[in-house]
Amino acid sequence: MTAPSTLLDQLWSAHEIVRRDDGSSLLWVDRHLVHEGSHHAFAKIEARGLAVAEPDRTFAVVDHYAPTRNRARISDPKIKYMVDTLRKNARKHGLRLFDLDDPGQGIVHVVGPEQGLTLPGLLINCGDSHTSTHGAFGALAFGIGATEVAHVLATQTIWQKKPAAMRLHIDGTLGPGVGAKDIALNWIAKLSADGAQGHAIEYSGSAVRALSMEGRMTLCNLSIEGGARFGLIAPDETTFSYLGGRSYAPRGAAWNAALEDWSKLRTDDAAHFDREIRLNARDIAPTVTWGTSPEQAIPVTSTIPDPTVLTNGKAEAVRDALDYMSLDAGRPIEGTPVDQVFVGSCTNGRIEDLRTAAAVLSGRKAKVPGLVSPGSALVKAQAEQEGLDRIFVEAGLEWAGAGCSMCVGMNGDLVAPGKRCASSTNRNFRGRQGPGARTHLMSPAMVAAAAVTGTITDVRPLLKGRVG
Amino acid sequence: MPGWNRHSGHAVALPIHNIDTDQLIPSRFMSTRRKEGYGGFLLHDLRKDESGDDHPHFPLNRHRHASLLVAGRNFGSGSSREAAVYALVDAGIRAVFAPSFGDIFAGNAVNNGLLPARVSEDDYTLLVRILGESTEPADVALESGKLSVGEIEVSFSLDPSWRTKLINGWDDIDQTLQHVADIERHKTSWNQNAPWARPAAEAQRS
Repeated sequence: MTAPSTLLDQLWSAHEIVRRDDGSSLLWVDRHLVHEGSHHAFAKIEARGLAVAEPDRTFAVVDHYAPTRNRARISDPKIKYMVDTLRKNARKHGLRLFDLDDPGQGIVHVVGPEQGLTLPGLLINCGDSHTSTHGAFGALAFGIGATEVAHVLATQTIWQKKPAAMRLHIDGTLGPGVGAKDIALNWIAKLSADGAQGHAIEYSGSAVRALSMEGRMTLCNLSIEGGARFGLIAPDETTFSYLGGRSYAPRGAAWNAALEDWSKLRTDDAAHFDREIRLNARDIAPTVTWGTSPEQAIPVTSTIPDPTVLTNGKAEAVRDALDYMSLDAGRPIEGTPVDQVFVGSCTNGRIEDLRTAAAVLSGRKAKVPGLVSPGSALVKAQAEQEGLDRIFVEAGLEWAGAGCSMCVGMNGDLVAPGKRCASSTNRNFRGRQGPGARTHLMSPAMVAAAAVTGTITDVRPLLKGRVG
Repeated sequence: MPGWNRHSGHAVALPIHNIDTDQLIPSRFMSTRRKEGYGGFLLHDLRKDESGDDHPHFPLNRHRHASLLVAGRNFGSGSSREAAVYALVDAGIRAVFAPSFGDIFAGNAVNNGLLPARVSEDDYTLLVRILGESTEPADVALESGKLSVGEIEVSFSLDPSWRTKLINGWDDIDQTLQHVADIERHKTSWNQNAPWARPAAEAQRS
């Protein structure tokens, strides 16, 4: 009889090669995803004369700097340099590259799952903090820095200390117009942006089980915004039916063997967690951020915090954030005018996200300009097949190519200084969408509602009589 | 990377919580080659006005020689960009003292010889009060986990494996190459036990 174990325990022990006396584990890496930002790491292994240890388990994607328009000819020399450097490194080391013209190109955390590269039971690394996304499949997935990327390239392993185990259990049913993004902003506001530091979060409960894979990915993606490097959801039928037939997923006998192994990946009933948090889905309203940290989030029905009634330490941060965001304390957040909207990113750029935004925008006009950038070329093709692109364009929004785009602005898709953007992305940090840009994070449905009214708006009345 | 055990320099306080890596280095600077230096990008948009001139009151503009930074909780949260650490290191910062750090940032820091030292909320408040808007000579001792500023001394916590790594200047790749046989053994048994874990040959796209 083995001791009861968590999903984290099971994944960890399956990948642990050695454990040092100081508690650091050397872990085997099944998939390593690289992008243009990995240039420092390639330079590091080059400087040591090292090759990529496992090119067949290393995949390269153009996403952070991917132009969303006119991508055949890149005019900005810095962007061209970044894309060309990745091309050169992929060619040199024999890596499968999802280049700008590849039908599978897109944001690395959208591409991995939809290509079937992301599977339950794997360990997945990428030099990007939102690698926690892949944990939605029951994989041990975490973001790493450039020195670690170089280490994985050279050895296909990573040194890591096992995080503490935390369970976020969400029962109940989400109301109409409320989704995974709202769950995430809700718990981060409660626990704070460093609330889950040092932990791997396993999401469980009926509200999590009811989420599609897209919703689960949104939830795990945002783990890092609450401080957790890892998010995890035990795989189930929803996971398996998403993966069946994907390009790189196992086939035939290997698929059957995989299903048998994956079905066992679940936390034992008696397993111990270092921390347990419980939420009820019915208490969660559409949620928006008002400040410059994801923890500064409130239900859309509520008022902007007033620093004069807060305790000292917090008051200063609130005052700074309100100043940067140019918002008045004590006013309702709903009705705040926005200058533009953005739908996209590794958080909310998948087909289901585009469907919910389109459900709100269908037959309506946007009062403000906006950009819709699908998470991948496959998502783009699917959306066009369903006619979603027409809905966005007829509403007055721009329909563009796939990439990280306006979430991080590296490709030149920027929010201008002082402008306010309703955004389906993951970070409302100062200057994240461009110097001086003001970001309000919310779900894609809420972004669509903001487009329709030109202000921050509760999406729920706009969904009456529609399938949201 | 050379190891280090003690450092004497000047400490400065940046009493702001949630200084994320987008603030430590805005993304537009990240296509720079490493050898070109990242020091000028550190906290760029907080330090400089729209025309690129320094804000005269920003602590790091007033005290350019400071090598020890005291900052608010959740320092280095957000993106995994190691460039945030390059910006600090290239600007001459050797250690950051804060009540908490972004997990990825802290690992990146240690990989570049930068000490991410955790101090209690009380000691953070004390340090901010002592330093105010000025700078003070300060000493860091890694082995004993102490920071001294003038007459006061505070303890900081640091994962023991990170302490050893910083002191010895260890490089992970060198460490790992000692385990080549273990890695091969693991790979062989994993391939046998989880044959589905290898990427299937790419299916023909329709």
